[in-house]
Formats: sequence, structure tokens, C-alpha cells
Amino acid sequence: MTEHRSPWVKLHRNPAVIVSFAILVVAALAAALGPALMPATAGEVTRNSFLPPSAQHWFGTDLNGRDLLYRVMLGAQISLIVGVTGALVSFGVGIVYGLIAGYAGGQTDSIMMRLVDILYAIPRLIFLLVLITALDPLVRKAMAIYGLQTLTGYSKVFILVLCLGMTEWLTMARIVRGQVLSLKSRIFVVASRSIGQSHKNIIFQHLLPNLMGPALVYLTLTVPAVILDESFLSFLGVGVQAPLASWGLLLSDAAQVINPIKGYWWLLLFPVIAMSMTLLALNFLGDGLRDALDPRQRG
Amino acid sequence: MIRFIAKRAAGLVVVLFCVVSITFFLIHLMPGGPFDRERKLPENIEKQLLAKYKLDGPIFEQYVNYLGDLLHGDLRLSTKYRNRSVNEILAQSLPVSGLLGSIAFCLATVSGVVLGSLAAAKQQTWIDRTAMLAALFAISLPSFVIGPLLVLIFAIDFPVLPVGGWGTLQSLILPSITLAAPYAAYIARLTRSSMLEVLTEDFIRTARAKGLSNVVVIYKHGLRVAILPVVSFLGPLAANLLTGSIIVESIFSIPGAGGFFVNSVLNRDGFLLAGVVIVYCSLLVLFNLLVDIVYGLLDRRISLYD
Repeated sequence: MTEHRSPWVKLHRNPAVIVSFAILVVAALAAALGPALMPATAGEVTRNSFLPPSAQHWFGTDLNGRDLLYRVMLGAQISLIVGVTGALVSFGVGIVYGLIAGYAGGQTDSIMMRLVDILYAIPRLIFLLVLITALDPLVRKAMAIYGLQTLTGYSKVFILVLCLGMTEWLTMARIVRGQVLSLKSRIFVVASRSIGQSHKNIIFQHLLPNLMGPALVYLTLTVPAVILDESFLSFLGVGVQAPLASWGLLLSDAAQVINPIKGYWWLLLFPVIAMSMTLLALNFLGDGLRDALDPRQRG
Repeated sequence: MIRFIAKRAAGLVVVLFCVVSITFFLIHLMPGGPFDRERKLPENIEKQLLAKYKLDGPIFEQYVNYLGDLLHGDLRLSTKYRNRSVNEILAQSLPVSGLLGSIAFCLATVSGVVLGSLAAAKQQTWIDRTAMLAALFAISLPSFVIGPLLVLIFAIDFPVLPVGGWGTLQSLILPSITLAAPYAAYIARLTRSSMLEVLTEDFIRTARAKGLSNVVVIYKHGLRVAILPVVSFLGPLAANLLTGSIIVESIFSIPGAGGFFVNSVLNRDGFLLAGVVIVYCSLLVLFNLLVDIVYGLLDRRISLYD
């Protein structure tokens, strides 16, 4: 290919990216507007438990007789917010940390990476559980003091974003640092250093564009990973609490009542479709981004 | 090389010490104690319990005493599983998790690397698309969905494998697949994206220009460099898999150590918690050391020893 296409054009011509983007827009819209468009009674507990999908309840109803479509859209809100913000926290922290460590090298690098080792060496699940149990009462108290009692239901969401973001950046930092180490000894970086380019130029013009590919691919792996982590925490009973919902909470509820004798298949099917379509779309989008941004595949 | 390893081994001790200390004080930061029940215990009984489990006295003194016991290899008594020592509990459950974990580790690494490099070699063909779609599904579904689905298909609809349990070779198959699936997918994606980058490099062009076959170029010259990101992922992967997963173990009723990671926190069982953290931590640092050595051997552009 001789013509030089901008990343934006490349992204536009990739059908998988367009479809994924459309799916994500639909998911975001459903999360933002869906619950408000449903009748107000949809989220209430009724006696109609385990109704199969029908014209009235498109996705059927759950154990407590709540409309599953409503629950899935409510779950989309929390899952998307937790996934995206948690991943962005880890992305920012990881890139800055890995770049500094790898670029500085020497003593700074080894101290910074030992710290990552130490944090790594505490099992993430334990770190998360301890952080959540320790922070939960504190955040509630703080919210009560500042007159935010109406938001206490969401204190868990806030804690989850914080804790997941603060535990997910370690791998990002390691990947970025590894890339920087490898790039630093490559000829084009050595050359630009030898002609006296400033550190700022080397970092922003040579290192960042070249490590953005792997970092972005890892970011797109982090968003679903955070959504999955949240679902594990919900499965263990320390994540989002009812009456709020997340996809993980819906799936773990379903996994607990589903068995071959009572086939409440819709409880599993619809949350799985919602969650996996979103995660698939995120991953396709990330791949498209990688192909478009990777400077060495450009032109 | 020997100096490098000795330096890192000393580092291992420092890391272990830091992690034990952090864990010890984190446990004390958590609200609630190990003997908190609905009904408050009479004061003298609680006092005796605390003394038996060496939880009395000022916190710094407790910490120093605990470190002393650790040096003698004593992980102390569990406050939840009364009268059983943490050493005993871990000695029973860790081999189970370790066996399952090592099978899953091999499964994930081999299938991930093979599928990933195959997909990169056949970029934009149906092989690439199918492999990556399968990988995406494996990443996108939580193991508490994959596990029951596998059970439903292979143990109930087509009863060829046991539903769960421990002890037979067949009972290892479904849990190790469930455990390995997301990691295999992860590795496949990592291998593919890194292989695609490597295949644009000059030395690959040179290898092709020499007339080497596609297989040799990709698996001998390409994989050697393309595997680097995968290698750096293997350290944490091994530590994670070998210490067990609560979800897979509860789905398949396997008597492993994974459950202790969660229950010890929820039960405020401090010494058991510290015990699993120590095991996990030692494994992790050990495997990361191995990874660094392999990294240096594979990529000569990185010098470890200055």
C-alpha cells in the first residue's frame, strides 16, 4: 500500500470496528436511558417469579418477580461505569509508572519495580476484599457526614472502581516498562538521543507512540477484566448489592438457581448475551485501534 | 549470573518481609475481630481465647512474636478451624490446588501460544478469525458460567465425565479446562498481537530472503522474540493457578486452597490469611525471578546484569 491513510480513516473502513462501536453505543444508551423508559413498576418485587419471556416481559422475570430486561439494563449501568472508570484509572497510573521506571532505569527502576513486586505479591483478591471491607464503613460514614445519604447505595460502586483501578495497574506498568526497556536500546531511540533530542521529545515522539499499541490492547483487555472482576466479587457476595444490579450479580444469581431440572434458561441467557456482546465489542474495538494506531503498520 | 540470582534471592526475602508486614497490619485495620458473634462472649472467655491464639498484648509485640514464630516455620493456629494449625490446613489443600493448577498452566500456555502464533501466521483467514473469536468468548465469559456450562454438556447431557469431586484422572479434565480457558485465550491474544509486530521486523525479512520456510521463520525466528510479553505474564499466572481458585473449586467440589483466600478475610481468620499470602507471595517472587532469567536469555537486547 503506497497511500498514507490516517488512523481515523483506517478505523472508519474496518467493519468490525463500526459494528462494535454500534453495539457499545446501543449498550450505553440502554444503560443510560433504558431503565427510565420502562414502566416504574418493572423493578419492583412481585409475586410473578420465574415467568418465561413473553410479550409483557421480553426477558422473563427473576426469582423475585422483577422484570429481567429492566434488571439487565440496570446492570449495564453499573458494569459499564465500573469497567470503564476502573480501567482508565489503571491505564493512567500504569503508563506513568511504567514509563518513569523504564526510562529512568538503574536504581530508580529497580526500586519502583520492587514496589510493584511487593504489591503484586499480595494476592489481588485478598487485597480487594480487605480494601473493600475496610473502606466500606469509612465511605458510608463520610457520605453520612456530608449529607449524601441518598447515595449510600452507590458507595459500593465507588469503592469498587477505586479498589479495582488501584489493583489493576500493576500489569500495565510491567508491560509499559518492558516495552520502554526494549525500545530504549533500539537504533532509532539511540540515534535521537545521540543527536541531542530532549527527554520530552524522546518520550512523546518515540516511546509513547510505540508503546501505545500494546498499552491500548491491554486497556481493552482491562475493561472486560474489570467487569469480570466485579462479577466475581458479586458472585462472592462482596460486590454490588441488591436492589442495585450488575451483570455479574445477575449471572451469579442465575448460576445458583439454574440446573437441568428447572430450566430457567432466560436468567442465564440474557445477561450472558448482554455481557459477552459488550465485552466482544470492546475487544474488537481495541483490535481495530491497534491496527490503526500502530505506527509501524501505518502506510 | 550467580550474582544476579543471589541479589534477587535477597530481594525475595525483603519482599516476603514487606508483604507479611503489610498483611499483618491490614488485618488489624479491618473492622471486626475473629471472635465477634451475634452474642458477645463473656469477658474472661474472650480473654482466654485471645491468649490462646496469641492475639493479646500491644500490637507491635504481637507482630514481633509472630515474625519470631514464622522464622521457626510455625504459621500458628487458625481461629476459624479451631485446633487446626495453618501448616496442617495448607499441607492438605495446597497439593490439590497445585496439581490442578499445573495442569491448567501447561494447558493454557501451550494452547495459547500455539493458537496465537497460528492465528498471526494465517492473519485475516478463517483460522485467525475462528481462533480469535473463540479466545474472545473465553475471555468474555466468567468461569462461574463456563464451569456449569461444561458440566451441563459433558457430565449431564452427555455423561462422559464426572460432575465434580477429586481423586480420579477424569475428574481433573473439566476443572482444568475451566481454570485454563480464560488464560489460554489471554495468551493467544498476547502472542498474536506480539507476533504480528515481530513479523514486520527486519530480521524476519532477512530470514525470508534467505529462503527459509514459513514454519521456520515463524516458529524459530519469530516466536523467540514474540513470546516475550507472554513470558512476562507467566510469573503471575503460575502463582495464581497453583494456589487455586475459589470459583472452580466450589463448582467442582475440589478440596483445594482457593477458598481460603476469600473465607479467611470474611472470617477475620488472620493467621490463615497470612499463611496463604506467604505461600502465594513466595511462589510469585520465585516465578518472577525465573521469568526474568528466561527473558534475558531470549532477548539479548535486554541486559539484566548492569
